[in-house]
Amino acid sequence: MEIPYTVEPRPDTGLFNAKVGIWLFLASEVMLFGALFSSYIMLRVGSDVWPHGMLNVPIGTLNTIVLITSSITVVMAWASLKLKAFGKFKLYQGCTVLLAMTFVIIKSYEYHDKFTHYFVRYSAGSEVKELTGHIEGSPMNWTLATLNNPTRPISEIRIHPDVASGEHGHDSGAAHPEVITVPTKQIKKLESFGPWHLTYLAIYFTLTGLHALHVIGGALVIGYFWGPGSRMWYSDPERFTNRVEVAGLFWHFVDLVWIFLFPVLYLL
Amino acid sequence: MNATNEAEIKQATRRYVYVFVALLAGTIVTVLASYIPFGNHAVNVAVALAIAATKAFLVAGYFMHLLSERKLIYGLLATTGFFFLGLMFLTVSSGADQLKSLFH
Repeated sequence: MEIPYTVEPRPDTGLFNAKVGIWLFLASEVMLFGALFSSYIMLRVGSDVWPHGMLNVPIGTLNTIVLITSSITVVMAWASLKLKAFGKFKLYQGCTVLLAMTFVIIKSYEYHDKFTHYFVRYSAGSEVKELTGHIEGSPMNWTLATLNNPTRPISEIRIHPDVASGEHGHDSGAAHPEVITVPTKQIKKLESFGPWHLTYLAIYFTLTGLHALHVIGGALVIGYFWGPGSRMWYSDPERFTNRVEVAGLFWHFVDLVWIFLFPVLYLL
Repeated sequence: MNATNEAEIKQATRRYVYVFVALLAGTIVTVLASYIPFGNHAVNVAVALAIAATKAFLVAGYFMHLLSERKLIYGLLATTGFFFLGLMFLTVSSGADQLKSLFH
């Protein structure tokens, strides 16, 4: 059975069906992200203290530029097909896939930094001290249970404490503190900066994690149209162009969401 | 594709480049503005969201061709916008715990 209105517009809507379909899908996506943004507002308004400077602004800015660049390459890929320049389409769409991969790699680096960043509470004589920093060797997501694992106990940890940070996590210019060795038996709490550590991190991981899944999903579709799916250009070029346009609309929406996520999570 | 369409597409690609440059500039302005102490953090929030909204308009209007889209899409987006604003209104209202006072 042939799918109707893949190329010619449907008389009542004036649009090919896939375009109506993607806009309906994007409408549902607006509500999905809208619900999470409203959760963010609720959590932030209801919180006495909201952390600032936990994320790396230059890296966030770089990722924003990467995503914006991918948005123009995806629309240029579509325009190239309209101009019957298949070679240029391949070039632009290939760049889009590479930029999407770059975005995910940078995001993974940021996530890795959070899972290797720790909060430690320990007793030092009669005092209870707290500090944040990175454990030597950059282990991921250790807890007190990891240190006290009977099959492989760890007697002490060496921590590189954080430098006192200024606004937006920038180095305040203070001298780098010395490495602190803390015996395991003195540690009361050990927790990485995962979503469980702070409400802010919970909403950060939820929003950026869902967004990253969209980036990966979009990149897979765009990659398919760049690779094996591009064969359709030789048999049904108009339909293929429409497919690329629909995938592009999704990609622009992903960019649009990030345009709001970046200031909300990194800057404000 | 006729000659007019080709010219239109070529003109559109030039516009895409301008929009891209504007988006890059908007990103830099957003970052720089966040460092300016306006005195009230609410002003920083308003400035950042205003720039983000402008960037979103550029992406939706030009890259997604919303400025020259069919009425059906506008209707669909207006409906979505209505429910989105409703969602935000309920959230802000409940957060401020003022919903009751609005009706008494």
